[in-house]
Amino acid sequence: MRYVLNTGDDRREMLQIIGAGDIEDLFSDVPPEVRLKKPLNLPGPMSEPDLRRHMREISAENLNLDDYASFLGAGAYDHYVPQIVDQLLLRSEFYTAYTPYQPEISQGTLQAIFEYQSLICALTGMEVANASLYDGASALAEAALMACQHTGKKRVVYSGCIHPEYRLTVQTYLRYRGIELVEAPEAGGITDSQLLEGMVDSRTAAVIIQQPNFFGCLEDAPAAGELAHRSGALFIVMADPVSLGILKAPGDCGADIVVGEGQGLGNQISFGGPYLGFMACSQKLVRRMPGRLVGQTVDKEGRRCFALTLQAREQHIRRDKATSNICSNEAMCALAAAIHMTCLGKEGLRQVAGLSLQKAHYAHRLITSLKGVEPSFSAPFFKEFAVRLTEDPAAVNQRLLKDKIIGGLDLGRFYPGYSGHMLLCCTELRTGDEISRLAAGIGGMKND
Amino acid sequence: MVPEGLLYSEDHEWIKVGGKTGRVGITHHAQEALGSVVFVELPEVGSRVAAGEALGVLESVKAASDYYSPVSGAVVAVNEELPDSPNLINEEPYDRGWLVELELDDPAQLDKLLTAEKYIELISADGK
Repeated sequence: MRYVLNTGDDRREMLQIIGAGDIEDLFSDVPPEVRLKKPLNLPGPMSEPDLRRHMREISAENLNLDDYASFLGAGAYDHYVPQIVDQLLLRSEFYTAYTPYQPEISQGTLQAIFEYQSLICALTGMEVANASLYDGASALAEAALMACQHTGKKRVVYSGCIHPEYRLTVQTYLRYRGIELVEAPEAGGITDSQLLEGMVDSRTAAVIIQQPNFFGCLEDAPAAGELAHRSGALFIVMADPVSLGILKAPGDCGADIVVGEGQGLGNQISFGGPYLGFMACSQKLVRRMPGRLVGQTVDKEGRRCFALTLQAREQHIRRDKATSNICSNEAMCALAAAIHMTCLGKEGLRQVAGLSLQKAHYAHRLITSLKGVEPSFSAPFFKEFAVRLTEDPAAVNQRLLKDKIIGGLDLGRFYPGYSGHMLLCCTELRTGDEISRLAAGIGGMKND
Repeated sequence: MVPEGLLYSEDHEWIKVGGKTGRVGITHHAQEALGSVVFVELPEVGSRVAAGEALGVLESVKAASDYYSPVSGAVVAVNEELPDSPNLINEEPYDRGWLVELELDDPAQLDKLLTAEKYIELISADGK
């Protein structure tokens, strides 16, 4: 379907058919006393070259990841996006497609989403995946709500090692629903297993962990899963999709629901969004799953085709009995993730995860050998790790910026007990030279 | 399609009483309005319900609808055929499409329900 603007003649003809004199006539039911009587305070139109120059000036005020090497993670990751992803996204059939509520004219979009769902199932080891949610944070909140609906219980136990902003989002979603949110504290960079065990009881709807967690450390997922199921609770895992190229799939660790932030798959950091929430679950929970679901079926001539299915779950039919009011998905971001996964394949995903793992561990060795730098934790980690510095992380980061390095996150911002600690991330994109410069920048700090 | 020998609620459920128990389902009128049933949410055996309280949910391609208990009681059985064959509700709403069996708390509640004749009046007034 082509996108072509209306000409002046088109507009005149349309106005004539409906019997209006000009566009203003269409607003005749708005009372004159509430109508704006002057033009909006906006700059005038620009030519294309002028506009391009103007936008480039504005965007040049930001640092960009082509010029700076980033060691910042904490939920947004600088993984490589192959050129083919952007190239295919730009196809007008994908770029301008809207929501596929009419399957007759949306088979391309629906098939792409179905393939995305299938890829997420394969990656997470789960039976069903939805067409995506807004982002990892809200996907986690939706999973918590799902568990409460399914079990009829009103208590959720989650790890304090989950991304602080994801936990805040869950709190916001659950606030007025009378659900008790209990946080299992961190110890040594992972969830304190003894305290966690004490918190899970027969009133618990779900046990939630993040894997790898916010500190980059690996949790004992199977043990948390067993604990949940022993008490009749569901086990929810929030997973880094890139890590699933190498880590055991959450489905094989007993997860009932798997959610996560899909940005690391084919989507740019983009200064915070749009991002991609993925969700997958076991078949028995499919009717509780929020969001859109694409199914495969046959048309009246027996040809394979696709359509949105199980719509009676959604709020436009089930209303206040629906799990959630979401009725949208992140189609473009999901498509980018699907192209990315297809392009890399199983081996490629394994390679990306493997390289991230190796480079992060190399960086960890190099940096913790510097005078005054101590590792924060001893737990096994994937692509992120925290170190304790003797200088304020903000000062270290200022110094690093001068060498075109973006340093890590000051953990003290979210965990007062870890003030002075920096969370660093190393993806497959970081070169040996960049890691050396990071070490040099950190090493140049004053030691008492 | 309103059989004699059953009692009816204003929410379009029927109940067939035999001694201390009653079998409950939805009427032909209800299944027609709902459309093809694709999923049934049944209550747990042993759970208690008050008259007028929801027993579960019926899901069709276009709607999700609660179904209610005409009387107070305890659930003693649910129709195990329904999860695999929800279409029975549309095809045989008074026979194989039954939903739940209850042990009645108070048979006097049955006096508040409608006879077949009164139910026919109700649905005719609805303007089928």
